[in-house]
Amino acid sequence: MSVLVFAESWDGKFKKGTFEAVTYAHETAKKLGVSTTAVTIGKLADDAAQLGNYGADKVICISNNINTCDSQGMSAAIAEIANKEGASLVIIANSNTGKTIAPRLAVKLSAGFISNVVDTPSNDTPFTVKKKAFSGKAFENAQCNNDKCVLALAPNAFHIVETAGSATVESFDAANRVSKVTSTNVEKATGKISLAEAEIVVSAGRGLKGPENWGMVEELAELLGAGTACSKPVSDIGWRPHAEHVGQTGKAVAPNLYIAIGISGAIQHLAGVNSSKVMVVINTDPEAPFFKSADYGIIGDAFEVVPRLIEEIRNFKANN
Amino acid sequence: MKILVCISSVPDTTSKINFTSDKSALDTNGIQFIINPYDEFVLTKAIKLREQHGGTVTVAHVGPANNEPTLRKALAIGADDAIRVDAEATDSFFVANELATIAKDFDLIMAGRESIDYNGGSVPAMIAEILDLGLINGCTGLEINGSNVSGEREIEGGKESLSASLPIVIAGQKGLVEESDLLIPNMRGIMTARTKPLNVVTAQANEERTVSISFEKPAERASCKLVESGNEAELVALLHNEAKAI
Ligand SMILES: Cc1cc2nc3c(=O)[nH]c(=O)nc-3n(C[C@H](O)[C@H](O)[C@H](O)COP(=O)(O)OP(=O)(O)OC[C@H]3O[C@@H](n4cnc5c(N)ncnc54)[C@H](O)[C@@H]3O)c2cc1C
Ligand SMILES: Nc1ncnc2c1ncn2[C@@H]1O[C@H](COP(=O)(O)O)[C@@H](O)[C@H]1O
Repeated sequence: MSVLVFAESWDGKFKKGTFEAVTYAHETAKKLGVSTTAVTIGKLADDAAQLGNYGADKVICISNNINTCDSQGMSAAIAEIANKEGASLVIIANSNTGKTIAPRLAVKLSAGFISNVVDTPSNDTPFTVKKKAFSGKAFENAQCNNDKCVLALAPNAFHIVETAGSATVESFDAANRVSKVTSTNVEKATGKISLAEAEIVVSAGRGLKGPENWGMVEELAELLGAGTACSKPVSDIGWRPHAEHVGQTGKAVAPNLYIAIGISGAIQHLAGVNSSKVMVVINTDPEAPFFKSADYGIIGDAFEVVPRLIEEIRNFKANN
Repeated sequence: MKILVCISSVPDTTSKINFTSDKSALDTNGIQFIINPYDEFVLTKAIKLREQHGGTVTVAHVGPANNEPTLRKALAIGADDAIRVDAEATDSFFVANELATIAKDFDLIMAGRESIDYNGGSVPAMIAEILDLGLINGCTGLEINGSNVSGEREIEGGKESLSASLPIVIAGQKGLVEESDLLIPNMRGIMTARTKPLNVVTAQANEERTVSISFEKPAERASCKLVESGNEAELVALLHNEAKAI
């Protein structure tokens, strides 16, 4: 028996969420006294054996090249392995792809499904874990009644831990299926840090007055290696792309550091960002609700504060 | 074309979330329930597709009778009829099974990317799996031509164009239509919604694979440390030494 973990890759490289998922699988498998098996799909540029450094005992590489838009094909292939390995627990990172295949996999395996998981199981019989609910406004302790369970992990909720382990690698041919959905074009936003995986997010709101003022936001983000985000009205008016909209009805982010510039801190905005470990707010209005939720704040004009902050971070980087 | 739109009923986005004293359930006191915001985009898109191609838009909901105002609102926005499966929607697999039973008879099955209450993001993919159908998850654009489907979805760091054919499951969000295009009920819509069919059916399957044990709220943050404007160096030092965030 083993805990199975899907090791998602993008362009042949493992994603950060994959290392979180493998770490999580390993910690959980240790508690249950079983081994950890990772599954990859398609051609890998990365070395599959490196998953051993995060606690995988075995890596099974599905050789079929299944497009990520074929959620049915991917989940069927992973289900084949789960059955072969007798896995009772399958761990998947809650990325766009993970979110799409995990519920299908649960149906295929007759397993319970719990998504947005933020902690290792608090109990194994009955199996109980903590997950996010109400768009980050609360947590739910959910229990699985089936003897099998599929867990989808919230991004950035779980620390990556390197171990001195090593993994055996084997190859597997999954049954071929015809995909019901085919990809006709992929438009990549180049050089951008994916918001979901970003360690730091720099976000700005209507306080910036217009799209022409985002230069300093991007500069600050680039300096910090951060992703950029915005409030909902900013993307609604078209100042920034929809993909940057964070909040209850946009993306949920949970970086180590969230810097909010000219954002008032409405409840719907906070819902999508309040899982961030540290929050900084820059706002002219001392009454802005964001000050009640942030850890650090500057009451001041973004057009003065942000350029000075950029300078200070540059100094800091030069000396550290 | 027969279109099914799955609607979930969720607390208004301005709601402060509290739980009953034993922490076992949401305290619904004073909470107003609304159509899940993602489902609103999907519903408007479905009505636009009906305008282009003819056919019907049916809305379906799994939930108790006190959620009916949400369905009436969907009818007022322009759906032709509604189906309510009379059961508490506690587990996503249970909900997906009920909806799949209804969805069998439809050409296009549409749902939201996720519901903003329990945030499973799981019902649409489960429906697709139960019915052996394709799925476009996180769908931001959709065109139908005969039985051909072309769609667009968000992927990490970009977007992808897709092609497929009917029947299919779509889990949609903003982009299917824009915020400014969202249909809202007008007086005539509200009047006619009263007489549109709202069929109540009893639940068929009843396997619940997961249960909620308890709820808790995130720990309160310590109060905000203010740094003087002009003293950005201090902020950088705090972020480095104290918060260990940079
Ligand atoms: C159903 C629904 C869902 C929603 N979902 C979301 C969501 O997912 N995400 C989201 O963000 N919002 C969401 N909202 C909108 C939300 O209620 C707020 O309206 C929105 O977050 C406000 O955006 P903002 O802070 O950028 O703008 P504003 O509220 O206009 O705030 C601008 C802030 O900038 C400050 N400011 C002005 N000038 C300066 C300056 N020179 N320097 C520094 N600060 C300055 C002001 O003091 C103010 O606090 C939703 C609303 C509804 C009804
Ligand atoms: N009880 C329900 N009744 C009808 N549709 C639902 C229900 N719950 C979820 N859905 C649909 O499934 C989508 C995703 O919900 P969820 O999987 O709960 O996050 C929602 O946007 C709805 O379209």
